[in-house]
Amino acid sequence: MTKSSCSDSQMGPRTPRHLFLAFSLLSLQGFGGLIAIVQRELVEKRKWLTPDEFLSDWAVAQTLPGPNVINLAIIFGERRFGFRGACAAVAGLLTAPLVILLTVVRLTQGAVESQALEGALRGMGVIAGALVAGSGLRMLPGLRKNLLSRSACAVLAVTTFLAVGVFQIPVPITMLILGGLGSLWALTRPEMPKRS
Amino acid sequence: MEQWLELSAHMLSLSLFTVGGVLVAAPEMHQFLVDDMHWLTDLQFTSSIALAQAAPGPNVLFVALLGWNIGVNASTEMGSSASLSGFVPIVGALVALFSIIAPSASFAYFAGRWLNHNRNCRAVQAFRSGVAPIVIGLLVASGWRLASIPNSLVADHVVYLVAAISTLVVWRSRVHVLWLIAAGAVLGFAGVV
Repeated sequence: MTKSSCSDSQMGPRTPRHLFLAFSLLSLQGFGGLIAIVQRELVEKRKWLTPDEFLSDWAVAQTLPGPNVINLAIIFGERRFGFRGACAAVAGLLTAPLVILLTVVRLTQGAVESQALEGALRGMGVIAGALVAGSGLRMLPGLRKNLLSRSACAVLAVTTFLAVGVFQIPVPITMLILGGLGSLWALTRPEMPKRS
Repeated sequence: MEQWLELSAHMLSLSLFTVGGVLVAAPEMHQFLVDDMHWLTDLQFTSSIALAQAAPGPNVLFVALLGWNIGVNASTEMGSSASLSGFVPIVGALVALFSIIAPSASFAYFAGRWLNHNRNCRAVQAFRSGVAPIVIGLLVASGWRLASIPNSLVADHVVYLVAAISTLVVWRSRVHVLWLIAAGAVLGFAGVV
């Protein structure tokens, strides 16, 4: 019983170089939170991941230490081409933006200071929040194949929102407790594949 | 040379504690680089973060900028020749970036490999299903908190309105996010939000 494991091999990057270029391209479009771009490029445009695969990969990437987009690139790249794939994806994310950033700093000799950026950054920050929240809502179709029922998903999602957004409980603690509960809940479902 | 080793050791030691993104370690970095070692000025530290956030690419690149600025300061102090002073900041940037990423990336590699190889086992499937709704709740909550950082200049309801409208646009439309970011920058620059 493989519910979702076969679907993402239908389409995908052909070579590590293809992976490198794809991740470079998405990284260069990513201002203020790459998640919106990653989701649109990998799921909606290239269809390298189904919505439910993206959701669970993102869950892992977010739980591990380190930048979540880099973790996602490593997990995705490793699945396709092993170690070379992980390196290609991470190198794609970092190389072009790093060169651009250092060139800008070098040319302006540090003249770009927080003062000049302050107003624009504040505005971008509001939008960045909307990007993250909007991408989360855009992932809702990823719950369609979920082993949990609709209402169980809703309870878990709303509780998480209240815990982190309103009561400001630290994310790792929330993930540990609610994630553990959600996983145990899923184990009890009749849809759960039997031990093979 | 000794400075780069110390910088590298500091970043390596923080890497595995950056759950939720490298910015959570920014206060520790500030304590070490600005307050304890005096390698950077306060302004250099904050503008590194601001610039990296405004530029394309992952936010972790601000760590490369910190290393770059340490290199700039070091080569000014030493009074190095022009050719060397162009090279030192690049070394600083690469050392800092590599050191903050390498430990967490190695961890993600082995964790990802294990999960990829065991993706059909019961526990992994339960985890994938159980955590999925939580990720959605978490993203909406983080977005909510990002957008509602207190801002003394304009009324809160304007910020919430802009944030709510753009969340709807991101969710329901196919408008490219770059347009939204540009609109946000213009609104912020004009003092609307």
